Amino acid sequence: MAKDKQHQLDIVTKPQFIDGSALKIPMLQILAEDGTIRKGAELPEMDKELALKIFDTMQFIRILDERMIAAQRQGRISFYLSSLGEEAASIGSAAALTDGDMIMGQYREQGALAFRGFTVEQFMNQLFSNERDLGKGRQMPVHYGCAELNFMTIASPLATQIPQATGYAYGQKMDKTGNCTICYFGEGAASEGDFHAALNMAAVYKVPAIFFCRNNGYAISTPSQGEQYAGDGIAPRGVAYGMKTIRVDGNDVFAVYQATQLARKLAVEENEPVLIEGMSYRMAGHSTSDDPTGYRTRDEENAWRAKDPVVRFQKWLQAQGWINEDEAQKNYDEKKAAVLAALKSAETVPVPHIDEIIEDVYDTPPPHLKQQLEALKAHIRKYPEAYPKTASRIDGGDK
Amino acid sequence: MAKMNLLQAINNALDIAMAKHDNVYSFGEDTGAFGGVFRATSGLTEKYGRHRNFNTPLVEQGILGFANGLASQGSYAVAEIQFGDYIFPAFDQIVNESAKFRYRSGNEFNVGGLTIRTPYGGGIAGGHYHSQSPEAYFAHTPGLKIVMPRNPYMAKGLLLSAIFDKNPVLFMEPKRLYRASVGEVPEEEYTLELGKADVVKEGKDITVLAWGAQVEMAEKAAEMAAKDGIDCEVIDLVSLLPWDVDTVAESVRKTGRLVITQEAPITGGFASEVAATIQDQCFLYLESPIARVCGLDTPYPLSHEKEYFVDHLKVYEAIKASMTY
Repeated sequence: MAKDKQHQLDIVTKPQFIDGSALKIPMLQILAEDGTIRKGAELPEMDKELALKIFDTMQFIRILDERMIAAQRQGRISFYLSSLGEEAASIGSAAALTDGDMIMGQYREQGALAFRGFTVEQFMNQLFSNERDLGKGRQMPVHYGCAELNFMTIASPLATQIPQATGYAYGQKMDKTGNCTICYFGEGAASEGDFHAALNMAAVYKVPAIFFCRNNGYAISTPSQGEQYAGDGIAPRGVAYGMKTIRVDGNDVFAVYQATQLARKLAVEENEPVLIEGMSYRMAGHSTSDDPTGYRTRDEENAWRAKDPVVRFQKWLQAQGWINEDEAQKNYDEKKAAVLAALKSAETVPVPHIDEIIEDVYDTPPPHLKQQLEALKAHIRKYPEAYPKTASRIDGGDK
Repeated sequence: MAKMNLLQAINNALDIAMAKHDNVYSFGEDTGAFGGVFRATSGLTEKYGRHRNFNTPLVEQGILGFANGLASQGSYAVAEIQFGDYIFPAFDQIVNESAKFRYRSGNEFNVGGLTIRTPYGGGIAGGHYHSQSPEAYFAHTPGLKIVMPRNPYMAKGLLLSAIFDKNPVLFMEPKRLYRASVGEVPEEEYTLELGKADVVKEGKDITVLAWGAQVEMAEKAAEMAAKDGIDCEVIDLVSLLPWDVDTVAESVRKTGRLVITQEAPITGGFASEVAATIQDQCFLYLESPIARVCGLDTPYPLSHEKEYFVDHLKVYEAIKASMTY
């Protein structure tokens, strides 16, 4: 066969179109839907302590999601985004990292944050935008962030975190930190230009980054197959960028854990960025502002309910003798009580002081912002009844 | 002191910044070993290696996304956008991400180490997409700082301030002056304060305000007006965000008149912001309406560039009209 030397290509003499579906990427599954280990699969090393911590976090997130959807329905918080059905994807992957690795998320990865040690009080403070929120009550609920836990603050614009993960990982590589960055996003976000920019740059620069796509079938009402993309999902794109790529069952905590563990090794030891596509299903609506009955069937949801990642993992844990039904229920009840207590407590904490409205726009507030704050305070003093959350505390008060 | 043109001053500032800290990175399209299409980054790869001064793939949103991530990690990221006209694909990363990074996280994270360098402005036969002055789009963005130098001395001192400032800074370089503007520049490190206007020439009759390359037109017009016995105070605003209201207001309280000139189209331009603020602050001192001498509300044209260009004659006429109002 002849060679085109400049482009290092093999030359053919007959036209050959490569089919868009030529690259068929299989899905790794270790834990079958019935909670047994698949034949031929190799269980990743996971001791009882870690397994129970993962399960514990799964239970907590499920309770948090269910309770806070209810709290939003009651008008106690303004908004909520549940991760129902995708607990294995975020928690299983976070479990394969070290605490020094950076996590950059989209908004459906609260499991990763909980696994890192974000407390139920911290979750509630953010959800209620109160003065104990690390984000100072400025962003919508579920936009968590915590520098101490290396969890980058969530922002609403989709996919913007993906090229940021490439840049962050570049800094980690240059500083020889021995850490990597994991970046989560949905299959809808992968249609944004920032996805393309990020993966291409990561492959070119060889940065220690793990791109974790949660392919849950829907972007709000838009089904992935046929309306979000015509190709074989997200995974083949990684290959096209020259990146090591794997597709896993996102509802199988072992597949997620093993793939992420191997990806981390590639990232940190070889500076090889990796793309992981975790196949899952968004069990709840997109958010509390969305009703999925308008665009999909109960039958479809029920079919996926049978693949529930938490139930599946619990079955395996019970078969191991690491937990029994009663213990699981007892843990569930305790966590539920803790969530309810934290919820009640957080909603009584006041909002941040009005002075915070101009802090952190810059490292220090410039003169024009100070003037604007003074004008605002003068206005609030004049109409205190119109601004009940801040008026009483405006001049020192109980600040 | 050394004689440098504006590009050499920028190159010198980058060199000093990169020598000072190992975690200062410079990158953009063609900015690597080649040294950039204007040569602003020439010699930096040779000196600091291809991991500190490098090419990016051709993707502006990626350059800014990458830069935001690198800066949030604690590094100094100096990103180049080849022409200001091509900054718009990165608009989302700059406006929604860079500018809001510290605020939205409650100061858990920030991109203070970010500097965005981009050549801007017309007068070089650049047509629609090599001539624009997009500063006003960004001046509407809390959290960002915007700086526009007018000569080599200012460029070096301001760029060094921008790189080490604790906030993301958009540093807009007047490409018409890259080689045309030459001056004495100290060889050692020095910084100039961001947010501070510069009174280029004192005067008592009228204040003429400009920024970047347009300061040259303000100065030329002031020279013409001087022959008519009009004593202009010429001010270079230098920083557009935050901008130095006090220096401009103080000048207008003294002169009672204000002409603002910019290259960009008039509607929604930064001159409008200045005019509204000064009218508010100096209402009782104004003896004539505040005049804005700006580009037309058209895309930047090629064959009619000379007519479109906001030259010194247009500024001169506005000065005279203001004086005889």
